[in-house]
Amino acid sequence: MYKLDKLTALIGFVALLVLGAQGAFAQSDSSKFPGIGRHATMAEVAAWDIDVRPDFKGLPKGSGSASKGEIIWEAQCSSCHGSFGESNEIFTPIVGGTSKEDQKTGKVASLKDNKQPQRTTLMKVATVSTLWDYIYRAMPWNAPRSLSADDTYALVAYILSLGEIVPSDFVLSNTNIAEVQAKMPNRNGMNLQHGMWNANGKPDVNAKACMNNCTQFVQIGSTLPEYARNAHGDIALQNREYGPYRGSDSTKPPLQKLPAGSSMQPKSVAVADTGPAALFKGKNCSACHAPNAKLVGPSIEQVAAKYKNPADLAMLSTKVIKGGAGAWGAIPMPAQDVTAAESKALVEWMLSGGK
Amino acid sequence: MEKPANQARLVKAPEHFISQELIADINTNGLDENRRGFLRKGFMSALGGAAAGLTAPLAMAAGEGDVFILEKQEWQTTLGKNVATMPYGMPSIYESNLIRRESPGLTRVSAASVAFTPLQGLFGTITPNGLHFERHHQGWYNVDPDKHRLMVNGMVKNPRVFTMNDLMRLPSVSRTHFIECGANTGLEWGNVAVPTVQYTHGMLSCCEFTGVPLKVLLEECGANLKKGKFMLAEGGDGSGMTRTINLESCLNDTIVAWAMNGEMLRPENGFPLRLVVPGVQGVSWVKWLRRLEIGDMPWASKDEAVHYIDLMTDGSHRQYTSVQECKSVITTPSGGQQLLDKGFYNVSGMAWSGRSKIKRVDVSFDGGNNWRTARLETPVLTKSITRFNIDWVWDGSPAILQSRAIDETGYVQPSIKALRDVRGTRSIYHNNAIQSWKLDSNGEVSNVQVG
Repeated sequence: MYKLDKLTALIGFVALLVLGAQGAFAQSDSSKFPGIGRHATMAEVAAWDIDVRPDFKGLPKGSGSASKGEIIWEAQCSSCHGSFGESNEIFTPIVGGTSKEDQKTGKVASLKDNKQPQRTTLMKVATVSTLWDYIYRAMPWNAPRSLSADDTYALVAYILSLGEIVPSDFVLSNTNIAEVQAKMPNRNGMNLQHGMWNANGKPDVNAKACMNNCTQFVQIGSTLPEYARNAHGDIALQNREYGPYRGSDSTKPPLQKLPAGSSMQPKSVAVADTGPAALFKGKNCSACHAPNAKLVGPSIEQVAAKYKNPADLAMLSTKVIKGGAGAWGAIPMPAQDVTAAESKALVEWMLSGGK
Repeated sequence: MEKPANQARLVKAPEHFISQELIADINTNGLDENRRGFLRKGFMSALGGAAAGLTAPLAMAAGEGDVFILEKQEWQTTLGKNVATMPYGMPSIYESNLIRRESPGLTRVSAASVAFTPLQGLFGTITPNGLHFERHHQGWYNVDPDKHRLMVNGMVKNPRVFTMNDLMRLPSVSRTHFIECGANTGLEWGNVAVPTVQYTHGMLSCCEFTGVPLKVLLEECGANLKKGKFMLAEGGDGSGMTRTINLESCLNDTIVAWAMNGEMLRPENGFPLRLVVPGVQGVSWVKWLRRLEIGDMPWASKDEAVHYIDLMTDGSHRQYTSVQECKSVITTPSGGQQLLDKGFYNVSGMAWSGRSKIKRVDVSFDGGNNWRTARLETPVLTKSITRFNIDWVWDGSPAILQSRAIDETGYVQPSIKALRDVRGTRSIYHNNAIQSWKLDSNGEVSNVQVG
């Protein structure tokens, strides 16, 4: 009996331990707000706390070569960023505008001389940790958090080699990343010497509130260019069509005189936003397909030009629902959450050029 | 100078625009939205016909009165819709022009883009939830609130996890604050680029946010606020958006918020949880907030190291420029609008400051030569939008309208020239310059820069 009691006691003790652990898991230890929140486990913190600071706190161990990075880049990054990180098609370019001289000074000269048409990432970024952190947490754009730490080292190495900051056979790792930091072209280009970081900071401009005869004459330095008058669509349809302030009909030249005497007539009656165009936007097709520029996927124009055969309609309608291997590049199209009828309408609409 | 019209214009009514068939149909079956649409369309085309000079028989002799007064309208002679026909209400169909809009060409992909608030049509200080501007870095999701967690870690005694159930049990506050994207008005740094106030200033909204004060959460977790001067806020979307928050500056009024204007946050604005950092640019108000980490140095995460930085003329960047300084804009009338006639107008706009309350707003009608002080409407709240109004009689001659806000720190909103003198022209962020709208004698208002 004694033995049995001991065993029972042991079971009871283990059960208590388990309960205790669960208790810590499920309940708060707070005295101020009992029952609210619980401890984060080490595994949970590890799963989410992936940020990497400029002092490399948080950087996981690992390594990757620029040449491995090039392979990953071509497969997963180049469709948005270009083969050499120079593309300005979807996002602003990553590479370009930096020199060997910049690596010595730690300040990018082309930020001052304005000769570079675009400010690239490598021109601006001061800390290599920033590249690592963002690629690891958020890239590729349409499949974030899918890269391993080693993949990320490889990609950062490849980007840095495109910028000629490291040689093309470079292997980046957690042990040599600080040496790379010492060569970042714009590592000295940022400052906190301003009053706009702290709410109590000193503003760098403070005007005087003059009330009368404040200026000799009023000079208009810039006006809306003629081509921009209707660049945002008909402004009349972006304002109330009643009340004192109407929208100008930007599809036409400005009126010759005040419209007084004849009433302005409403241009629109509300139209429900339905049909394939709305579906295209609502189902996020527009994240990858634009009207006439290739993004991640082909443009509507390209699709319409390629598929002329009547049988293509059924094939493409199925492909929209099931997803498919990339016929226009390495990136496959994910399966879309649409009905057969919606898919058919979408494809018909695309094949008609989105009209 | 011609005298402004001092009586309401009589608009002649086109009659007999409803067919006998439609009248019979309405008598038999009553009105529904479809038949209302027919009525409206018939009326509009009849109106168009009249304007084109067709001789439609008039309801009555001219001068007798307004047909919309003299004749009964369908909405006073028929039965209207039931309650809860629209269980979550929508604006009138006559308001359908006032919606969030993208600026074509601004970004290439819609999932990393901006949709601007139609400030030209808003009243008061509160932005309706459906019109709150949108800016996403990797698209928005309808996050399941039951699966959403907030973790607090870093320099804290007790790293903790909270569910939405937990958070919404905590003592909450409700405060009205503006949120403005650091890039708002950024398109105008070099020159005039866009036609209307929706695109010049529409990355601006103001709402009553409800949530638990950040301080309460940090104290609960035993945050080391002596050494931990900074906090990383992280979003739960694909971009895993992170921003460094300067606690020294923001600890006292930052809110971990779940509600906006009395309802839960909208998915586009971070449902179920976002950070509210009053006075600080919108990118720091991390949406789908899932983690707060206390640390002893800034993180230099992507958007604070590559994008939201100010390029100065010497080629250096100013980093962590976060405070949205005092600013104002006239919203009615504003660019792209058309005045129908001379005479009296209420000129109205918004003023706000990331450092304090609005103290005064002055308005000029002559391009900044002479100024008059506008009426500030209540409430005037700190780090919130204040509505201003001023009376004006337009004599029909060209005018340039400007507003200039002053906050309680004494800061006076600068001209674009004064800002450029310090910051150059290639910056993108923090353009809080005085906005100028030119009114021509044809009644059209356009966007111009003075100086």
